[in-house]
Amino acid sequence: MPKYIALKDPYRESRIYSARTVTAVILVLGLLGIVLARYYTLQITEYEIYRTESERNRVQLQPLPPKRGLIYDRNGVLLADNRPSYILSVVRERVDDLDATLTQLQELVPIADGDLEKFHQKLARSRPYEAVPLRFRLTEKERATLAVNRYRLPGVVVEAQLLRHYPHGTLFSHALGYVGRINEREAAQLDASDYRGTFHVGKTGVEKYYEDILHGDVGYQNVETNAHGRVLRVLERHNPAPGADLTLHLDIRVQRAAYAALGEQRGAVVAIDPRSGGVLALVSTPGFDTNLFVNGISAADYSALRDSPDVPLFNRAVQGQYPPGSTIKPMMGMAGLESGLVTPETTVPDPGWYRLPGDSRRYRDWILRIRGTGHAPQVDLNMAIAESCDVYFYDLARRLTIDRMHDYLQPFGLGQRTGVDTTNERPGVLPSTRWKRAAMAQTWYPGETLSAGIGQGYMLATPMQLAMAASVLASRGERHTPRLLQAIDGRPLVAPPLDPLVAAQQNWQAIYAGMHEVVHGKRGTAKQLAQGIQYEMAGKTGTAQVIGIAQNAVYNEDEVAERNRHHGLFIAFAPYAQPTIAVAVIVENGGGSSAASPIARKVIDTWLLGEARSDG
Amino acid sequence: MGDYVRQMPHQGSQDLARPPSAAMRFHIDVPLLLLLLALTGYGLFVLYSASGQSMPAVVRQGRFFLVAYVVMILGAQISLQRFMRWAPWLYVAGTGTLVAVILVGVGAKGAQRWLEIGGFRFQPSEIMKLVVPMAVAWFLAERILPPRFLAIVTALGLIGLPAVLILAQPDLGTALLIAASGLFVLFMAGISWRYISGAALLAAASAWPVWVFVLKDYQKQRIVTMLDPQSDKLGAGWNIIQSKTAIGSGGWQGKGWMKGTQSQLDFLPESHTDFIIAVLAEEHGMRGVLILMSLYLLILLRGFWIGIGAQTSFGRMMAGSLTLTFFVYIFVNMGMVAGLLPVVGVPLPLVSAGGTSVVTLMAGFGLLMAISTEQRMVAR
Repeated sequence: MPKYIALKDPYRESRIYSARTVTAVILVLGLLGIVLARYYTLQITEYEIYRTESERNRVQLQPLPPKRGLIYDRNGVLLADNRPSYILSVVRERVDDLDATLTQLQELVPIADGDLEKFHQKLARSRPYEAVPLRFRLTEKERATLAVNRYRLPGVVVEAQLLRHYPHGTLFSHALGYVGRINEREAAQLDASDYRGTFHVGKTGVEKYYEDILHGDVGYQNVETNAHGRVLRVLERHNPAPGADLTLHLDIRVQRAAYAALGEQRGAVVAIDPRSGGVLALVSTPGFDTNLFVNGISAADYSALRDSPDVPLFNRAVQGQYPPGSTIKPMMGMAGLESGLVTPETTVPDPGWYRLPGDSRRYRDWILRIRGTGHAPQVDLNMAIAESCDVYFYDLARRLTIDRMHDYLQPFGLGQRTGVDTTNERPGVLPSTRWKRAAMAQTWYPGETLSAGIGQGYMLATPMQLAMAASVLASRGERHTPRLLQAIDGRPLVAPPLDPLVAAQQNWQAIYAGMHEVVHGKRGTAKQLAQGIQYEMAGKTGTAQVIGIAQNAVYNEDEVAERNRHHGLFIAFAPYAQPTIAVAVIVENGGGSSAASPIARKVIDTWLLGEARSDG
Repeated sequence: MGDYVRQMPHQGSQDLARPPSAAMRFHIDVPLLLLLLALTGYGLFVLYSASGQSMPAVVRQGRFFLVAYVVMILGAQISLQRFMRWAPWLYVAGTGTLVAVILVGVGAKGAQRWLEIGGFRFQPSEIMKLVVPMAVAWFLAERILPPRFLAIVTALGLIGLPAVLILAQPDLGTALLIAASGLFVLFMAGISWRYISGAALLAAASAWPVWVFVLKDYQKQRIVTMLDPQSDKLGAGWNIIQSKTAIGSGGWQGKGWMKGTQSQLDFLPESHTDFIIAVLAEEHGMRGVLILMSLYLLILLRGFWIGIGAQTSFGRMMAGSLTLTFFVYIFVNMGMVAGLLPVVGVPLPLVSAGGTSVVTLMAGFGLLMAISTEQRMVAR
């Protein structure tokens, strides 16, 4: 390279440099201008948007779940209360890595698969920054473990909440029902804003029926939180309105007596105060501990309950439909008297069996198997009820015909839901020709009328229906819808009675006399109850066949499998002169009414005489 | 000689009449020093709030500043000739340490950036932010300017070697900053616009292959997040959403010192380091941003002014490069926090908490003062 070209020219270099500096300054000013324009857009043009955004970051509307109403029995004994319980929740938005956090939590405290599943369900529906519950009922130790590890678990919250508790879980399992965690289907039906922050809802029984009253109204508070979801202070608060406290007609003493009397047997007891329709006891055995359901029952516990042959989850008192058997005979008697087909003096010849005109089939009386003959040559109404004569009622049923029988029995509460204030009630069956056509598309056969006349065949009734029937009898036709609820927040409910069943007084008296004989008569089917009794009562026994018995076969209790034995039934009311309690008892496969009637006696003893006296 | 004097900058000739002041004796550029003091003072003020009113954090940062000012003043005492003489040796030594970092470096957050000597950790790439432009300026200063093709290629080699070594650590942000500081020297040297536009075209054309073959997934993710923060609301997008919210909610007036909800309630991540501008914008509003920006702009203009008055090509090119690099810090940081640029680890110069960058930046300002001193010396 020629040397002369390589000479440096400081002036030229300086000029070039100055030109470049000008370019650089323009570039710098331009780019800083862009940055400034960006800040102007954010801070001035879009100020409102970001101010709202930062406010939403900072301030959160937190739901304050209302306190669920308490439930008392008529004596003021607490049947359902709320206890503080600690809940582990997660705020999705505060958690860096949800899966990692859940894994960490699982190492610290046991979390069941069911909990996780429910958590993910709830998470999918949750609003941003909402605490989603993961584990309920943390133990003292678990809380301590979580507190120690809190610093490395951002977004994990441990909160105290009131949880339902049933001090007498098993005793009132079917009477009260229970609350459980809200499932997907329920969430879709419930008012989403009212149930913000509420994790439980009534699932069955009173808890479900009176959910609206028990739940209360949700409250809200505006809280300032930091980025980790920790509440720093409360800015504004609207208190929740607690749910109303319920007082039930149930009497824990009567309930306990019924439960104890049923013991290990499967069955149900319903006791009603005939003056008000108030349900004094509602027992279905076996029961189960409702507390298990409050926090999501474990799979093992649930399958044990579900698969048990004794179906403990089945509420026999309102869901169980049984042939009422002879317990309908007093109502049948009323139908005969009121229709004018019989008088108390009318007698029917009783050879121990009955035959329809022009039919060779013999409809046997239960006594035939025992005595080889009928109850007496001629049987009147009093004797027919006292000794539970089938032949008398076969004859009456035939003359009454099935449709008139249906119309006379219906006002006693049979064949339709009583409307008691609990869930899952079933209607039973009060057959008629129309019913058979609709249900089975078949015509009615005359022989079926005879079966219906003694409460067999198609006829089915729930213990609740039988208790209502006993109550209508006891109150001489006064009818009330059976009620569990007595008062809300101490204010008694006054429910108007149903249309009464109007009947002649002497007819009631005739039926009462027969039912009195059942217990107090020499040949009454429940005369063993009269032993040591301190009051007078009226009752009617019943036995319901579980399997059909062939024309000439003999039922032998010892030879029949336990599950095929007859159901024992009993309805009663007392005191005889002015009844204050009407009872229906069923003992599944009890063999006969003798399994049921002592239970009714114990229940009535407790109601009339008090707990201590009922032991004898 | 008369002609020569006429070429002297105007202010320089005024100095002739006065006896040397203390500032001159200690080679201090007073306007620059005052601007830096104002900036670091404001920075500490913001930091106190951004660190959650932590006095220890402020004291710590103050100590860094103290060290940095000492480094700056010491640097100002060294003559430019000496810097020039040292430049090649510093470059060789610096590049050597970069190789050492790759071989025996200490990792942090998945990258090897540190070298540990006798329990003292240091980051050689920081020093290279000064050494690389110095070496390029030294190389070009000897040659005819604007540089010819061969000189440009050699200079690019000088820039590329350390840049690639730092990229291998891997530290994309620093590699780009160092490459930029070297390229700024070339730009100030007057490299032909033909080369610049050619390089720009080449860069645009290589954008796609770089995206496909060079960028790592996390780096791509940052760019995607910058373009659409909502795409990863709770992950990387969180930072940007929260910082934009902080800035925007500050409005014109700001929420008041220590009253920024975004920063005080921990919604804003990295609030006292890389994202500190968001705290300033939230609490002091657009007014605060303008004050900060004015300080920066004055410092930049002072830097360019020193360059224009410099007596040698080396001094000019160094002044221009240092000033432009300082600008890059400002632009990238303010841009990324406001969601204009992808999130890279570039602090807000002299405001973000941290020691290393402060010391390097102030050493650079020491160099600027040395340049300004040379100008006044010659003027005398």
